[in-house]
Amino acid sequence: MAHFQVNKTYQEINEKIKKGQAVVVTAEEIIGIVRKKGEVAAAREVDVVTTGTFSPMCSSGAFINFGHSQPPIKAARVWLNNVPAYAGLAAVDVYLGVTEPTTDDPLNKVYPGEFKYGGGHVIQDLVAGKAVHLVAEAYGTDCYPNKRLERQITLAETVNAILCNPRNAYQNYNCAVNLSNRTIYTYMGPLRPRGANANFCTSGQLSPLFNDPCYRTLGIGTRIFLGGGVGYAVFPGTQHHPGKPRGDNGVPLGPAGTLMVLGDLKQMSARYLIGASLLGYGCSLTVGLGVPIPLLNEEMAHFCAVSDEEIFAPVVDYGYDYPAGTGRVLGQVSYAQLKAGTIMLDGKEIPAVPLSSFVRAREIADLLKGWITAGRFLLGEPVELLPLAEPRPPVDDPHRDS
Amino acid sequence: MPKKLVLHFPPHLIDQPITYRLIKDFGLVVNILRARITPREWGRMVVELTEDGGRWQDAMDFLAEAGVGVEPLAREVLRHEERCIHCTACVAPCPTKALDVPDRYLMEVAFDQDRCIACEICQKVCPYQAMEILFD
Repeated sequence: MAHFQVNKTYQEINEKIKKGQAVVVTAEEIIGIVRKKGEVAAAREVDVVTTGTFSPMCSSGAFINFGHSQPPIKAARVWLNNVPAYAGLAAVDVYLGVTEPTTDDPLNKVYPGEFKYGGGHVIQDLVAGKAVHLVAEAYGTDCYPNKRLERQITLAETVNAILCNPRNAYQNYNCAVNLSNRTIYTYMGPLRPRGANANFCTSGQLSPLFNDPCYRTLGIGTRIFLGGGVGYAVFPGTQHHPGKPRGDNGVPLGPAGTLMVLGDLKQMSARYLIGASLLGYGCSLTVGLGVPIPLLNEEMAHFCAVSDEEIFAPVVDYGYDYPAGTGRVLGQVSYAQLKAGTIMLDGKEIPAVPLSSFVRAREIADLLKGWITAGRFLLGEPVELLPLAEPRPPVDDPHRDS
Repeated sequence: MPKKLVLHFPPHLIDQPITYRLIKDFGLVVNILRARITPREWGRMVVELTEDGGRWQDAMDFLAEAGVGVEPLAREVLRHEERCIHCTACVAPCPTKALDVPDRYLMEVAFDQDRCIACEICQKVCPYQAMEILFD
């Protein structure tokens, strides 16, 4: 057990939050505080550091219970605004995944497909208060005789709507380039040929898992900002691979940890859940997520002080290496370089842009800071931390991250 | 000052040398930024026109009489600010830097209409349908 000069508990910090006395700063603000005053003084002064990210997160979706009809139905096939939802659950429960396109989408038959509307857009419409068209079909049973249901439904009219995302908030991600001779359309956006541009996708020093890289405070039960409402980290996300190589500061050098998150969709906002159409790739949902990190001790102040200069993304060729699964990494580049707007690739300066919105990431960290400062949001103490060790050797595709 | 305009050609004018007349008869400087001409369909040309001692008003009257629609480019390219989340996906593909991030700390996308040539690339790559081109 490490001995720290500062030792705070979740309970102590929550008491301060309730009294309106907690000192809360964002993950950007803490950097200067630690540099100026040192880790110990920073940990004494600051109670919570807020993080934020706002990015397409394809592994997202919602459980919706749309309520029983009269006569009742055991829905077997369900569509919301013509987007299929998975109905292999109890009678009127469905899971709507965000990458599911409408049934009549031409997909990539007209290349590159535009994917104008899908599950993510349905979620955005629901959260915005719009009515969506529900169609349910069933084979009919003695207890659930209804075989077809069609009606308009709003989020308020659903019995339950729970956003449940199996893999969000990736701890680091690839910086994508394209060394092939044609433009390619990927989940990292369009990439021009011969390495003409680079796209990256995390909020760097503001990103939740960069600020608690070894999961000292993050785990099952951590209360978070999710889609404009309150949510929870409920489990390590799918493809949570904590065993990936890390820098001296503990920050992984490539995609590593992930979070499975959950929250009441009815409390969320269409400003922080936005349907996305990725040209030639598919539809998705851009999710706003923020995690509060308690400065329990000076070690947490040390971790939260991480800055873009100390966080590195692997540069990966999506023209050949990624689809072929070679696992080749062309090099490492710091988020400071990426954010400055250009990186060097083969001696050539090329533009780099994030697909993650820094504007909204900052807004989320600020909003969460406001909630905690005002005593409206208490920290959740995890019942179990995210695992730092691989439960078993990773399956044999360490380079395939989505 | 050059002006960026969109010229809409009705199908029956596709085989007429309209651009030639703008230069030869009215003395305008014509810089064609984009053109789409298909037989029996409305044609569209994005041009930068400069008066440069020529007869601007007469040229505009000629276009109107011939049935060529003239619209300022700015009116045809719309950015829905409320939909833009500043993901910057449009910035690298934009060929003229009309969409750019002037302040790398704030990371906000700014749209400079004067640089836009209505190539429509941003409309396709924007994941949030924040760019709209009103042609046709």
